[in-house]
Amino acid sequence: MRWPLRIVPRHALGRWPRAGIALAAIALALLLGALFLWAAGIDPVAAYAAIGRAAFWGGAYALSDTAVKATPLILCGLGCALAFRMRLWNVGAEGQLLLGAWAASGVASFWLPAATPRPLMLAAMALAALLAGGSYAALAGWLKARLNVSEILSTLMLVYVATHFNNFWIFGPWSQSGFPLTPQFPPAAQLWRLSDAAAQVPALGGIGLHAGFALALLTAAICWWSLRQTRLGLAIDAVGDNAATARSVGIDVGRTTVLVLALSGACAGLAGMVEVSGVVLRLQERFSPGYGFTAIIVAWLARLHPALVVVVALLFGGLLVGCREVQPAGIAMLLQGTLLFVVVGSEFFVRYRLRWCGWRAHE
Amino acid sequence: MIVTSPAHASPVPGAVAPAVELCGISKRFGETLALDGASFAVQRGQIAALLGENGAGKTTLMQILAGVQAADSGELRLAGQRVELASPRQAIARGVGMVHQHFQLVPTLTVAENILLGAPRPRFLLGRQPLHVEIAALGQRLQLPVDPAARVAELSVGERQRVELLKALWRGARVLILDEPTAVLGPLELGPFFRALRALAASGTAVVLITHKLTEVLAAADVVTVLRRGRTVARDLPIASVDGDRLGRLILGSEETAAATGEAAAAPMTPPAPALAASAPLLRLRRVSAIGQRGERALDDVDLEVWAGEIVGVAGVSGNGQRELAQVIVGLRPALAGRIALAGQEITRLPVRERLARGLGYVPEDRLGDGIAPALSVQHNLALGLFRQPRAPWLLPWRALAQRSAELVAEHDVRLQSLAQAAGQLSGGNVQKLILAREIDARPRLLIAAQPTRGLDLGATAAVRERLCRLAAGGCGVLLISEDLDEILALAQRVVVLFRGRVAGTIDRAAASAEAIGKLMLGRTADLAAAEPV
Repeated sequence: MRWPLRIVPRHALGRWPRAGIALAAIALALLLGALFLWAAGIDPVAAYAAIGRAAFWGGAYALSDTAVKATPLILCGLGCALAFRMRLWNVGAEGQLLLGAWAASGVASFWLPAATPRPLMLAAMALAALLAGGSYAALAGWLKARLNVSEILSTLMLVYVATHFNNFWIFGPWSQSGFPLTPQFPPAAQLWRLSDAAAQVPALGGIGLHAGFALALLTAAICWWSLRQTRLGLAIDAVGDNAATARSVGIDVGRTTVLVLALSGACAGLAGMVEVSGVVLRLQERFSPGYGFTAIIVAWLARLHPALVVVVALLFGGLLVGCREVQPAGIAMLLQGTLLFVVVGSEFFVRYRLRWCGWRAHE
Repeated sequence: MIVTSPAHASPVPGAVAPAVELCGISKRFGETLALDGASFAVQRGQIAALLGENGAGKTTLMQILAGVQAADSGELRLAGQRVELASPRQAIARGVGMVHQHFQLVPTLTVAENILLGAPRPRFLLGRQPLHVEIAALGQRLQLPVDPAARVAELSVGERQRVELLKALWRGARVLILDEPTAVLGPLELGPFFRALRALAASGTAVVLITHKLTEVLAAADVVTVLRRGRTVARDLPIASVDGDRLGRLILGSEETAAATGEAAAAPMTPPAPALAASAPLLRLRRVSAIGQRGERALDDVDLEVWAGEIVGVAGVSGNGQRELAQVIVGLRPALAGRIALAGQEITRLPVRERLARGLGYVPEDRLGDGIAPALSVQHNLALGLFRQPRAPWLLPWRALAQRSAELVAEHDVRLQSLAQAAGQLSGGNVQKLILAREIDARPRLLIAAQPTRGLDLGATAAVRERLCRLAAGGCGVLLISEDLDEILALAQRVVVLFRGRVAGTIDRAAASAEAIGKLMLGRTADLAAAEPV
């Protein structure tokens, strides 16, 4: 007897069949998740309903919360996607996010007077975050281009450096009477929120959606457009596909490496600024639940496509929000992991199909 | 109509079932019918040539035999027994080994490790030392010398080919399929190679030779099968009963086209003699040395000049510094010593982009590896020519690019479904035309063409050669690095022979003969022998 299924390579698959495979994979992931929940003694249907209600169809609050959680994921996910397209494995978006948050906080609380006009203050914070995150990642890029240091290691290690760097400032010079956090930002350093308009439109009261979400969408649009329309976008895809060819047509791969990692880090740094200025309103320890790491999954599930990054980030934001409603708390991670595993695994079916050839004796 | 005749040429007499028989094989890829009821057979002890143009289905048919592809319909018999080969592993287990045109080697592993991969009885402990000795001995015996400890990434294409051959034989192949094996062998490697094949056949191996080169078929094969557009148009023709003209007609299917390729192969297409009015050569290398991948001195004191309107051929046995020469000129490999000047301006330390911007064009030896980005579209690949422009726009002018791409594709006769098609899906000949289109569109003053026709069919080869001649006629200098001596003799005005990274000699076309060049390629010159005993 022999195994009746054969693996047969498939010819190029169209867009819709691919989307079908992805959707089937998501359905399968949810099914597997349900199995885990059931095994843990939780009613999966009720759990999914609670998650869905809390994250998506529970009204404006739910959607606002989901979008708020998705915002740093979108920005970090874009950063990862940019680098990944060039096969630069920037796995340190978390560190770049932390440094971005640090720089933005410095501008907000210490380096610019609290009376600075709001647009100017916010612009300065964003710029500082972009520069901090960007130059931090560019450091890894420079090491890679100059000394061929693996960016996987350097970006990951720099996360720990960034964590302790931030802690130094939070516990030390910026500590507020001994507590490990900075003072709350002045109003000029807080991003506009929908709830700000509650005085005029009472319905908006308590809705925490902030301008950072719009900024994230704008960044996604810019990334999408740039990848298609600019020379840099072509260089990224060329290096990602075949670095040897890129070199032989005159692309400076080293310089592009530094530049792309800088842009990647800048996106993550901006995520840090948006998070402290739109949600936390100060710099404190552990304000990010690992957005920079989750973003790796987001970018990968989105197949490194900026528009899909937004979609996947919203889905993951929803999971983060919804799983607050479900005990135990690890369920969000469990579902994320299952999703990644199944969806990335489903790529197999994009390239191969199984053929049933019946049970037959071998010869 | 199928021309058939019984295969009398087999050294093993008749009644035995053929080692391999393929009947009525069909295979469809998406829209294209690659094979349409093709058939093929080879006897034990026989060398059977499989001929046909690029895209005729030769490779697909043999991939089915090697278990790489599954046939949609048709029958496969090994020694008379009907079998189905679902994977290369099963094919190997039944003694069918294939050496692919695009090498299937793991570059980071050593020669020995590559040979061991997929061996029929995998060993748990590798036993490095005895293995190396065994492999070296096998290589010696088959006249395919290799260094078992060398990393594949560091080998030249010709050397990799040897590893591929050894790999298949090591696994005990009784049916050996060779896809374009001679494409990467130098002319002096051909004789020993065919002798090795003959010895293999004499020991009972069935050898299948897929090739474009008629002369080699006539010299080495016992029988010939010809495919045209997925069909077998002639099967098991004894080699004594055919000649080059007849094969050409069978391959191309019509008299006129056969005449055209005959002309392409033979007619002198020499551009007019270079205008020596120019004061300086377009390209001048002065005592250039460079380190190779393995840390050896791959180029040693090389002097070279290319003048405007001239085609200079670089001949040599593969692995004698040709690859490094191209890389050093383009700027992909630093020069250890010496100076390189382009049109009188020194470019020794300039980055690749600057050199291309100053009028260098580069058609690399490894088309898929260095020439295109295979997953990107044809359109994107043509747009890569943009990066060399001194003031390349940061915003890509896609509309203009699309228009120019359409023109280029038409002008260079690149056959494709659409500009949005991935470049890696094109056949070898079309990939080469695509690269040429991109490089020529940049209006180079000096084009470096490394193995520009390797593995291409007659039509594509003629097109590429004609293109090079036209460039030279238009005043461009061409440095033609080729292991095909006929090509160099047909195109080049001067021939520079590389041996162990040194210029073994420079011969004018008038004085050039295959024998003279061949001697230089082996380093057999009086003065060189005195300086460095071989």
